Amino acid sequence: MKKWIISLIVTLLISGVQAQIKVTGSVKDQKGRILAGANIVVKGSYDGTVSDSTGSFSFKTYEKGKQFIVASSIGNKTVEQEVNIDSLPIRIDFLLKEEISELKAVTVTAGSFEAGDKKRAATVLSSLDVYTTGGANADISAVVKTLPGAQQVGEQEGLFVRGGAGYEAKQFIDGTLVNNPFFASVPDIASRGRFAPALFKGTVFSTGGYSALYGQALSSALIMESIDIPDRSEVSASISSVFLGAGLQKVAKNKKSSWGGNYGYTNLLPYFSIVKQKPDYFRMPEFHTADLNFRMKTKNGGMIKYYGTFGASDLGLRRANIDEPNLKNAFGLNNINVYNNLSWRENLGNGWKMNLGLGYSTDYNDIEQQIQNQQNQKITTGQPWIDNNNFTIKTRSDLSQIKAVFDKRLSGISVLRTGGEYMYFYNSSTFNNQKATLPDHFKALFTEADLYITNDLAAKVGVRFEHSSLINKANIAPRLSLAYKTGKGAQMSIAYGEFYQKPENNFLYTTTNFGYAKATHFIANYIKNTALQTFRVEAFYKKYDELVKTHPVLNNAGAGDAKGVELFWRDKKTIKGLDYWVSYSYLDTKRDFLNYPKQLQPTFAANHTASFVMKRFISKINTGFNFTYSYATGRPYYNLVQSGAQYTIADQGKTIDYHNLGFSFNYLTSLGKAYAVFVGSVTNVLNSKQIFGYNYSNNGQRKEAITPPAPQFFFLGVFLSWGVDRRQDAINNNL
Amino acid sequence: MKQIIIILSMFITGHLTAQTRYEAGMQKGLEQFSAAKTAEDMAAASAFFERIADAEKDKWLPYYYAAYANHLTGWMNPKADKDKVAEKSKDLLSKAEVLERNADTYCMRQMIAIQQLTVDGMTRYQTYGAIAAQAIEDAKKADANNPRIYLVEAQYMINVPTAFGGGKAVAKKLVEKSLELYDTYKPASAFHPIWGKDQATKLLAACQ
Repeated sequence: MKKWIISLIVTLLISGVQAQIKVTGSVKDQKGRILAGANIVVKGSYDGTVSDSTGSFSFKTYEKGKQFIVASSIGNKTVEQEVNIDSLPIRIDFLLKEEISELKAVTVTAGSFEAGDKKRAATVLSSLDVYTTGGANADISAVVKTLPGAQQVGEQEGLFVRGGAGYEAKQFIDGTLVNNPFFASVPDIASRGRFAPALFKGTVFSTGGYSALYGQALSSALIMESIDIPDRSEVSASISSVFLGAGLQKVAKNKKSSWGGNYGYTNLLPYFSIVKQKPDYFRMPEFHTADLNFRMKTKNGGMIKYYGTFGASDLGLRRANIDEPNLKNAFGLNNINVYNNLSWRENLGNGWKMNLGLGYSTDYNDIEQQIQNQQNQKITTGQPWIDNNNFTIKTRSDLSQIKAVFDKRLSGISVLRTGGEYMYFYNSSTFNNQKATLPDHFKALFTEADLYITNDLAAKVGVRFEHSSLINKANIAPRLSLAYKTGKGAQMSIAYGEFYQKPENNFLYTTTNFGYAKATHFIANYIKNTALQTFRVEAFYKKYDELVKTHPVLNNAGAGDAKGVELFWRDKKTIKGLDYWVSYSYLDTKRDFLNYPKQLQPTFAANHTASFVMKRFISKINTGFNFTYSYATGRPYYNLVQSGAQYTIADQGKTIDYHNLGFSFNYLTSLGKAYAVFVGSVTNVLNSKQIFGYNYSNNGQRKEAITPPAPQFFFLGVFLSWGVDRRQDAINNNL
Repeated sequence: MKQIIIILSMFITGHLTAQTRYEAGMQKGLEQFSAAKTAEDMAAASAFFERIADAEKDKWLPYYYAAYANHLTGWMNPKADKDKVAEKSKDLLSKAEVLERNADTYCMRQMIAIQQLTVDGMTRYQTYGAIAAQAIEDAKKADANNPRIYLVEAQYMINVPTAFGGGKAVAKKLVEKSLELYDTYKPASAFHPIWGKDQATKLLAACQ
């Protein structure tokens, strides 16, 4: 009994001696901002608390003597403060330094829009958006046209960005240039892009101020990053109103490698026999497309990817000759295109990374145009402006390239990127049996640094050096951009850059006595992002120098400028289940180039362009409905007539405004063991009259509107896939 | 004699304290966790578990509960920035994973991924759906008899459209399997995860 009392007293004494000491204080960051939810703890004990919404904290501890009080908050550097806990209350005010991290750091957004699944400020579209944009028919360029900066040009392929011509925008896959990103060109009709959107996990649409890694594009770069190893093996098939396709993708069991291929056959005969086209197609458009891919993870976490495509197309169409409406221009085209891309990214250790790209592509065109009479027989009239339309042309365009980029991690998350590329362009053209060739050894060196000064301030500084053996000239192009975080999810960026581009081949065949055309970009942008909403405004000024002139002589005497403001708003929040975006571009541009007698607004530039894209997926019926409405004010057109050495404007005007409402639906279901997606789509639902410009007869008496080959395009198809190790099977097998 | 008793009792008390500090802490933490009514209470419970974990250094359970409690704040507060909550949950969970990877840590991975997926399901399905599926696969490899695997899978599947291989019927099968396993499931210790049976019972009702 006595013993018990003693031990009880002793126990009580021990506890009694350990009087609790109160610890209070506050937690703020360097800028004096309150840090709520920070953890405060007496190191090595369980005593502590969490800072409240005013950043204050208070707790009691039994710990005694020399101790460390630790304050930590995610995204900040942890601070330890030594204290001597005796009998007096303790007060500590913590100041935590911000940690520079990729998640929190500001990203340079001036000039660029990202589509992909990365969570970055510039990301405005997901990969899925490319498929679910109404009326875009899963064409990447068509989706990009709903973003600010791009024009609604319907008579030629290409992206016409901020007053730039289509050839001023270039496309890159895994870092290397794509020489022929679109199907072969047909007069007055825009061709589709060659690459299926499913191949890419991320796309960056840059409307200016882009990185020193990319060159030879005055206006825009569309930078696409191909997918890595897919999640699962899959067999796919598709049947639609215009094509048939089949594909296979095999993923190795250890998920370290995969290979696959697709084949598609398109024939427009059935479609054109139902939906009347304005031109008379004497060779029905027919396309064979095939692709192969191989992807492999390397030992050190790197990746090797091969992607190759083959395309063959054939078509022929007749339209009335503009000078003699009884006669016809019959245009026939046969094209073969092969594209190969091998890329290797590897961690070299010590903060070094390597990106290596190898590419080879070749493109053959065999074009014949004839003047035909009513009986579709080839004739000559003796009038040169008509007979000029009797020609054959065979072209070949090869590009072999190698590009290496090395990344070195500097302190924190800053990165230095440096590398070079070598491209060998070989072009040949045989015009009416007269052959000319254009070989060009093109070299570039570049270096660029992403500098993160704080989480709120980042800079990208770069410079690019280029040399073309064909024109035997070099250039040095500096690039600079800065981004500053102005608040939660909000940031401002500015960018400056010089861009050079060698003249197009059709001018170089005549003379190589050219310099580079030059564009200087100035961009300021503001972006505010939350997970479900994006607001973006951007203003730019672009100065063009050394543009190609064709009259009075071929030289670089052209110049011009472009300025404008662009808005973008995407919202998935306000109305539940509804996702929409609005973009608006104001453009003011003039240029003196080619045969323009003075600075004029080019025919591919509208002053106001806007798009409204809306999507809704209704889970109950497993169907998504997508609408896209695009609008542009009229574009100018000119009839430029030669008088002496100069051209004069014989006639000019503006086309009617452009309206296009596109619609598509996708219905998800299963057919037998296959997942099936039914897709239907219509362009120009409202059947608005669309005029892209005018062609003039030689004497200027007749002018003819350039319109789409048919006012609307209808599409209906079903896409099937059989996943070899589908989740559904996995569930059933486990139950 | 007295001195011996004092020394002895001090020794015993000291020894007992050392042995039970962790257990008492976990006990208190679990009580705080069960009693939490608001996101703030839950955050406080998470912070308490984190303090235990940081002090003990070699125990995965307190980090696991810290991650779980933090994860739940993302659901309890409808205005929470789920991405931010998930970053913190992942940070805590990865500390648990350094010490031990098991079916329950993989289930937590899945739950965190699903929380991020719900921010924008249509867009994030491909990324976070894949992470979640991988986590379930890993969990089954670790211990196919853990009932929470089928519970968390069912919680996700009930919200996946039938066309994508989800729906009530699929969820029902899973939750039935989960409940069956709960009948025989024995946690490895008093502090090992035991939660989920109530949720499974409720979910089964929702699957009807």
